[in-house]
Amino acid sequence: MVTAERVWSALDEVADPEIPVISLVELGVVRDVRVEGQHVSVTLTPTFLGCPALDAMRQALEEKLAGIGADPHVTVDHGDAWTTDRITAAGREKLRSAGLAPPAPRGEAAPRLVQLQARAFRCPYCGSTETRLENLFGPTPCRSIRYCESCRQPFEQFKTV
Amino acid sequence: MNERARILLELADDELVIGWRDSEWTGIAPTLEEDVAFSSIAQNEIGHARAAYELAARELGTTADELAYDRDPSEYRCSPLVQPRLLDWAHAIARRCLYEEADRERITALIEADDAEVAALARKIDREEAYHRMHAELWAERLRGQPRFEQALADLRPRLDGERGSDNDEFRELWEEMTSVRRSAPGAEW
Repeated sequence: MVTAERVWSALDEVADPEIPVISLVELGVVRDVRVEGQHVSVTLTPTFLGCPALDAMRQALEEKLAGIGADPHVTVDHGDAWTTDRITAAGREKLRSAGLAPPAPRGEAAPRLVQLQARAFRCPYCGSTETRLENLFGPTPCRSIRYCESCRQPFEQFKTV
Repeated sequence: MNERARILLELADDELVIGWRDSEWTGIAPTLEEDVAFSSIAQNEIGHARAAYELAARELGTTADELAYDRDPSEYRCSPLVQPRLLDWAHAIARRCLYEEADRERITALIEADDAEVAALARKIDREEAYHRMHAELWAERLRGQPRFEQALADLRPRLDGERGSDNDEFRELWEEMTSVRRSAPGAEW
């Protein structure tokens, strides 16, 4: 039988297509799951509106659900339901261990330049906070580039949004 | 066309066209870091355009792709600020600064508007635009007082108040390029 619990646990096995160390559930983009018999509705929220991985995410979720015998229906919510604060604690740890510094908490307001320029972000390799902002933008919309002065390693910093 | 669709199309047309123009720096920006920055900003702007077109498309009974690429070139509602090809760095940066300032006002108004769906989209866009504003802020600080940058701001500022619309040769040329692949195979399913 398809239960909500079974669905969540199946979805937690679907890796993010761009950062495969973390699951889509850990990333917090699976917003809602509704189960009615075989029929399973999932609401997906993009990290960034221009994220090219969105269709791949949708397809991976649908395939996974079909694999447990569900009839999946994935809809995309373009509202502001997703923030980086939705990444789970386990997800953040997996990001860090893959060399991708997890986002700072968002709080009420957007981060400001002066905060990003401060030496308050921790290098995922050596743990030093002697890191500087290299580029607000990175290889995907959700990442910035920083440089660790301590271990001389550039690294990717998940943007806080 | 109702007011809601008009507002969404103005937003989407601006974002699509500035995204297209910003993407022209991919591979030719003065530094690799700016190659990455302009490409990423362009990708975000086109993502915002897609989301706004999708809402407008529901209102108008069509699709986002058709609104983005299949309208007559004279029917777009974008600002004259976003239209010209600016392959001069001072002008490209000046446009980013002016655009982000104007876009912030619009997005703030949409967040406060009495339309929950549009407000939620505006909040989402605002979170991403925060990084574009920081990028503009960094460059404005670096170039402030430089004659070429100040001249570029003076050249482009009047376009902020220019009338919206696309019935001009400059836009037609842009539209030809932007839609050429799509038009090359009529009826094709992309």
